[in-house]
Amino acid sequence: MIKLVDYVQKENILMKDVYCSTLMDLAEKDENVVVLDSDLMNSIGTVPFAKKYPERTFNCGVQEANMIGVAAGLSATGKIPYAHTFGPFASRRCCDQVFISASYAKLNVRIVGSDPGVTAAFNGGTHMPFEDVGIMRTIPEMTIIEPVDSIMLEDMIRQLKDVYGVYYLRLLRKNAVQIYEKGSTFEIGKGVLLREGTDITIISTGILVSESLKAADALEKDGIHARVVNMFTIKPIDREMIVRCAKETGAVVTAENHNIINGLGSAVAEVLIEECPVPMGRIGVKDLFGEVGPVDYLQKRFELTAEDIVKEVKKVIVKK
Amino acid sequence: MISNKRIKKLEIFATEIRLETMKAFAKLGFGHVGGAMSIVDTLSVLYGEIMKIDPANPKWPDRDWLVVSKGHAGPSVYSALAIKGYFDKKELLTLNMPGTNLPSHCDRNKTVGIDMTTGSLGQGISTAIGVALGNRMDKRDNYTYLILGDGECDEGQIWEGALFAAHQKLDNLISFVDYNKKQLDGMTCEINDLGDLDAKFHEFGWHAQRIDGHDIAAIYEAIDEAKKTKGKPSMIVLDTIKGKGCCFVEEMYFNHHITISQEQSKRTLSELENRYTDLKREWEDMQ
Repeated sequence: MIKLVDYVQKENILMKDVYCSTLMDLAEKDENVVVLDSDLMNSIGTVPFAKKYPERTFNCGVQEANMIGVAAGLSATGKIPYAHTFGPFASRRCCDQVFISASYAKLNVRIVGSDPGVTAAFNGGTHMPFEDVGIMRTIPEMTIIEPVDSIMLEDMIRQLKDVYGVYYLRLLRKNAVQIYEKGSTFEIGKGVLLREGTDITIISTGILVSESLKAADALEKDGIHARVVNMFTIKPIDREMIVRCAKETGAVVTAENHNIINGLGSAVAEVLIEECPVPMGRIGVKDLFGEVGPVDYLQKRFELTAEDIVKEVKKVIVKK
Repeated sequence: MISNKRIKKLEIFATEIRLETMKAFAKLGFGHVGGAMSIVDTLSVLYGEIMKIDPANPKWPDRDWLVVSKGHAGPSVYSALAIKGYFDKKELLTLNMPGTNLPSHCDRNKTVGIDMTTGSLGQGISTAIGVALGNRMDKRDNYTYLILGDGECDEGQIWEGALFAAHQKLDNLISFVDYNKKQLDGMTCEINDLGDLDAKFHEFGWHAQRIDGHDIAAIYEAIDEAKKTKGKPSMIVLDTIKGKGCCFVEEMYFNHHITISQEQSKRTLSELENRYTDLKREWEDMQ
């Protein structure tokens, strides 16, 4: 069941607190749940987990590569590891360990990369993953999920306990904008239709979902009825929904907090070009490195705002 | 102490592993012969005497695990597994053939009895640590054995794992370095000198020993001592000869991955067969 909130607004609760409390709940029910980190437990808020379950917590220190291998090894003995570090380190830093020790070995690891894209804010370009989805997307059989709010995050963390394989979860640490009502549950691999529309479809993920809804409101005033989809599973991508939206609305704009190369936009374009070519545009970081600053500044700097989406929609729609 | 009879049996097993492995390489005409041969005596002790395993039940949760982090030694591990009965010895001749279950590097999803996928160097230490931690959490009294290459110790991940395993006081992890002094491009001391490896692991908080890696009794005793060591992981540095047991390979300077002529394989197989026959005779004389 999926229910949308009436008013889209920032949540009071921090995503990282939901991450920890959900893990603690799971750990109580299943003794195989283990948490790993690379010296960022204070950042991701899993210290309460470590205090309650010290024997099921492995802080590897600043050793991302080792952490992924340890997680893979633990899973070979039936443990259910959730391994966290910042997104750039979960992807760039230990790409080969994710590829070989976890994925190629067909083991059972959940990798949590926090601070997606511009939300790395004051940590700046070294910590700002515009490429994590791209790296993970090229690893065979990888599933990539970007929960949009705390409701979806909790549901995903719960669902991931009982799946098998390698999963990459892109996790905003701070307050998300609430999109879904409490109790909503989601199907991995299925996009969610947030708003009906007939003229164009905006397919979005992460912090760009609320921007897409704002953009749709603005477009409505100009007589453009934009459909909005939350494509929270970036791989495997929901091909059926993309094709249906393309057929029904005749144009598509994607919106993501990631490089336009090899992220959501690329995934959607691959489906469209093979199955239903329609005019398309991509909102995302245009092959640039990150930089330091507050999130709202960075969203403007990298053209990730509702206004940017509106502009792109108007550019694309005339090609129909 | 291990008896002379048991030592002889393990020497026979080691020779059989070398023989079967050379047959598979000979059929292909190429392979990672040097590093596959240098670790054979340790494989013989592990599979022949030490490891708690059941070839009929390869996924038995209480078994001892072996992570061969120097994954290119796969061919000699496959021979040990086949001789132990995990699969038919005939399958050994499918090494690296299209669709084979026996690839160059160890693959837990392809080969019955292989516990971990390896091949990208440095990674096996971390997966072995994970396995050892998982088994310790489940209070199993089994051991995880880990085989590292010496060139592999150039990898930073080895030292990440070394630090972490000691911090975790992982005394159910018993590791080896096959210190054959050669890596792909030449002598380890000329490329990136590893120096005193056992001292390095000792400094990292491991129980470290250094032995002759072709001395069956020494390998057995070192593992026995490692098992008695509580509160820290164990490292056994094996002084070995790359290509051990195959004269033409031992004599080569570059012997990491080599091509094998028909003449070379014929001569080596005959040498190994003679050694096997001699050992068998010595074994019978001991009865």
